[in-house]
Amino acid sequence: MTEEIIIAGFGGQGVLSMGKILAYSGVMEDKEVSWMPSYGPEMRGGTANVTVIISDERISSPILSTYDTAIILNQQSMDKFEPMIKSGGLLLYDGNGITRHPVRKDINIFRVDAADESARIGLSKVFNMIVLGGFLKLKPIIGPEFIHKGLEKSLPKRHHGMIPENERAIEKGKEIVYALQEIA
Amino acid sequence: MKELRLMKGNEAISEAAIRDGCDGYFGYPITPQSEILEYLMAERPYEKTGMIVLQAESEVASINMVYGGAACGKKVFTSSSSPGISLMQEGLSYMAGAELPAVIVNVVRGGPGLGTIQPSQADYFQSVKGGGHGDYKLITLAPASVQEMYDFVGLGFEIAFRYRNPVLILSDGAIGQMMEKVYLTEQKTRLTNEEIREKYPWATLGKVPGKHRNIITSLELESAKQEKVNIRIQAKYREVEKNEVRYEEILTEDAEYIFVAYGTSSRICQKSIELGRAKGMKIGLFRPITLYPFPSERINELAGKCKGMLSVEMSAGQMVEDVKLAVEGKTKVAHFGRLGGIIPSPVEVINAIEEKLMGGK
Repeated sequence: MTEEIIIAGFGGQGVLSMGKILAYSGVMEDKEVSWMPSYGPEMRGGTANVTVIISDERISSPILSTYDTAIILNQQSMDKFEPMIKSGGLLLYDGNGITRHPVRKDINIFRVDAADESARIGLSKVFNMIVLGGFLKLKPIIGPEFIHKGLEKSLPKRHHGMIPENERAIEKGKEIVYALQEIA
Repeated sequence: MKELRLMKGNEAISEAAIRDGCDGYFGYPITPQSEILEYLMAERPYEKTGMIVLQAESEVASINMVYGGAACGKKVFTSSSSPGISLMQEGLSYMAGAELPAVIVNVVRGGPGLGTIQPSQADYFQSVKGGGHGDYKLITLAPASVQEMYDFVGLGFEIAFRYRNPVLILSDGAIGQMMEKVYLTEQKTRLTNEEIREKYPWATLGKVPGKHRNIITSLELESAKQEKVNIRIQAKYREVEKNEVRYEEILTEDAEYIFVAYGTSSRICQKSIELGRAKGMKIGLFRPITLYPFPSERINELAGKCKGMLSVEMSAGQMVEDVKLAVEGKTKVAHFGRLGGIIPSPVEVINAIEEKLMGGK
């Protein structure tokens, strides 16, 4: 198993930390992982993305041209990464702020309206975990017990009280993710 | 079981230094390597092992503090990124001249000038051809993973003290910023002054009664003596070239065409090989781990067995000159690179080898 993922959105949406939790969970399940962020001028409001690779084998390049999964959280990222998804791959996005919806016919397209959901429950901080839940529902590449360990490892100890909330958000994401286009 | 962590390349450098029993770090922040200093400050090793961590007023100050620490036989290091490393060149030449061991980390960004903060490999010439003045060499290690960032700190100190010469870890922004799994080593204890006097009799730790005083200097105004110093240093470099060449080969056995690449580029080439082999292309990778000493001999051997070599670098073509010298015309050598902080994609690299060596698609 090798899963090559790009997570992309605005800075401040928790893109990098979502990637980190995913990568750390992979480590806990004894997988090979890499986490390669875009860094530099990105900041709150600017674009941010991270390439996460989880594999049973040694990972070659941490930098990729195509992806198995793109998790898209803003329009700029949709424009940039939709064409880079492998044929038969997965595009998962939050429709909030998306004006041009995906057009590819050869990929699986799913939506998780995490921004609306996190606003509804009044917890904007767990937005990224709702998205992560959506992804894990579609691609259960890491077991829930390892996600728990991944949260423990990637959150500083003082925030460990928030782990149950994060896990509930992941469960919520699994509930609300839905298909727009499924290819055979 | 060994302790396992997910770490950034920059963090791995710092953790490795602490655990290797390093005595001091002197540095000045610059992207994309500021996490090295930040991590050390957060870990506060001065409270645990006694290792000093100091933010100097500039890169020039940092390298001269390293000179001072190394002259005392202490295990000291500094880090910076390209423009900051340029500022250190005088100090590095002085250290090579005074035969002082130390580790210097360059997390390269795109130049020239202030350039960009994105990853680059355009400091190859500066590293291996001597960015400073005089006949000297920096022993240069090129990590391609976060684990190697960790491992090469200890290895770097070992080699630096073996030959009394600075060792450079030549990394780049991508390896500095990315996170991978790292297996950590046990905490080593720092040497005491008595142990240093015993192990490194040249160290200037204060005059011992009844013994001659040690002098550390790169100054020798009598040319006849200065030539002798040079001859001794050159003899040392021949030893380095004999003993310290390191490289890795991936699928070179049956390869008709070989990528030559180090650091981040070598990782991208590995993906290109996966893509190319799936299409039936017989391609492999030769990865120099030491850039000085350069693995010329092995490259020459491989050149006799393949149809061409492509030097893939995030530069306008620097290492390719050493590849050509090593190949001695035995096979075709070409270069592919992106500039100014752009990382080539695995597909671009495949297209380049098809176009430049295989006579087009």
